[in-house]
Amino acid sequence: MLEIDNLTHVYGEGPTRHHAIDGLNLSVAEGELLCIVGPSGCGKSTLLRSIAGLIKPTGGTIKVQGELVRQTPANLAVVFQDYSRSLFPWMSVADNVALPLRRKDMTKQQRREAAHEALESVGLAEAGRKYPFQLSGGMQQRVSIARALAYRPALMLMDEPFGSVDAQTREDLEDLVLKVRGHHQMTIVLITHDIDESVYVGDRVVVLSKAPAHVVGDLKVELPSPRDQISSREHPDFVHLRAEVGRLVRGVASV
Amino acid sequence: MTAATTLTRGGRSTLARARVGKLIRHAIGVAVFLLVWELASRTGLVEWLPPASTCLARVIGLAFDPEYLADLGSTLLAAVIGLPLAILLAVPVGLLLGTVPVVEEMTRAIVEFLRPIPSVALIPLALFLFQPDINAKVALIVYAASWPILINTLYGVRDVDPLAAETLRSFSFGSAAVVWRVSLPSAAPFIFTGIRLAASITLILAISVEYVVGGAGGIGAFLIQASTALDDSAMVDVIAVLVWSGAIGLIVNTLLLRAERRLFKWRDA
Repeated sequence: MLEIDNLTHVYGEGPTRHHAIDGLNLSVAEGELLCIVGPSGCGKSTLLRSIAGLIKPTGGTIKVQGELVRQTPANLAVVFQDYSRSLFPWMSVADNVALPLRRKDMTKQQRREAAHEALESVGLAEAGRKYPFQLSGGMQQRVSIARALAYRPALMLMDEPFGSVDAQTREDLEDLVLKVRGHHQMTIVLITHDIDESVYVGDRVVVLSKAPAHVVGDLKVELPSPRDQISSREHPDFVHLRAEVGRLVRGVASV
Repeated sequence: MTAATTLTRGGRSTLARARVGKLIRHAIGVAVFLLVWELASRTGLVEWLPPASTCLARVIGLAFDPEYLADLGSTLLAAVIGLPLAILLAVPVGLLLGTVPVVEEMTRAIVEFLRPIPSVALIPLALFLFQPDINAKVALIVYAASWPILINTLYGVRDVDPLAAETLRSFSFGSAAVVWRVSLPSAAPFIFTGIRLAASITLILAISVEYVVGGAGGIGAFLIQASTALDDSAMVDVIAVLVWSGAIGLIVNTLLLRAERRLFKWRDA
């Protein structure tokens, strides 16, 4: 599904030069939910922007479904952390969700229906006519998830999607991601700095080193499903895995 | 009835009362001003000043004066044609300059040179290039009104959130779509402010050209003609036209401000 080979990225040159990613290799299988964790400023967002074709990496290759990424792949959607800036404030919620569907061969009616369906699947069927500023932070992030879902991407990238909401909302949104992935056949790459979250949500957790980033750990998560905020988190495997991921993140952070 | 609803009701009526109180205070201010004016004139304290009551009567009289109304129509027509043309010209140019930094850098010296030139100084040039009728007025209005719109568009586009643009690009939209669907709506409140500033300029330019040309109609021509009268009516006419101009400016600005608040509700949140 996603093949990253020897990815390297350097920002700028001279005194402001920043080596963000160095020789990163990663492959993600079809339908997998991969969580990427790493210390702050380690180049996670650079990695995500490279996959999305929003920046051109200085070295290495990225393939999505066998196709070399040169510009943004058509079958990809991104959910950004900063929902309040990523949603368009001048458009209603429903129009926000329907907007990307203009890229597809759909009539206005089809777009409207798809938007409504996507909003329904994130529990916001009634909010379509509202404007983003009339919703809470958690609800706004649901809208941007709905926008990505309506687009029916093969690959959904999520950049610290729950980094700006409170703890309770965060748990709700984690469960929402687990729920929608069951309904939609898609591969998800979720970037987070929260170790517990990576283990709770992911099928697999990849740990990055501090910048310049490369992969220092790759762990399979085998927790009984369906996952549950209480019981999954007290499962011995969960406790064990989060410790292991934590050690990897710490270890590389303190080097 | 719950405490909460009582509170809202109480709050609302307090608000209404505050608004009425404000209106009353405004009215008192105006009344005092008119009274002082009337007395200053009647007692001979200010000899050249006609009484307020005479002027206000003439203000109302102008509404039924076909000559004045034709002149007013001529001035407003120039503004009504000129402003939309300025918008059509300045918004696309502002979008271009705001989105393509190279073009902005290449034109900056010219813009910074042209912008400070007082538009009224261009009247001779406009009269040289255009017919000294509505054409010259419109040309000058377009020129002068374009600047605030252009500059506001430019700053509005620069202020566009890069993440909003990136979001659209992440759904495979191209640069043109980013300009149309993100830059333009996101800069719209700035552009609208520019238009409001431009609207106040249009009358200034139209009247200035009318002064210079004299015979070509318009409020400016009316004022020139009125002021040449040899009796007291000159001052009364001039003051009455000024009251009209002030009122028109106030009404246009208020309407545009209201529209702004309605259109860009999303911005205050």
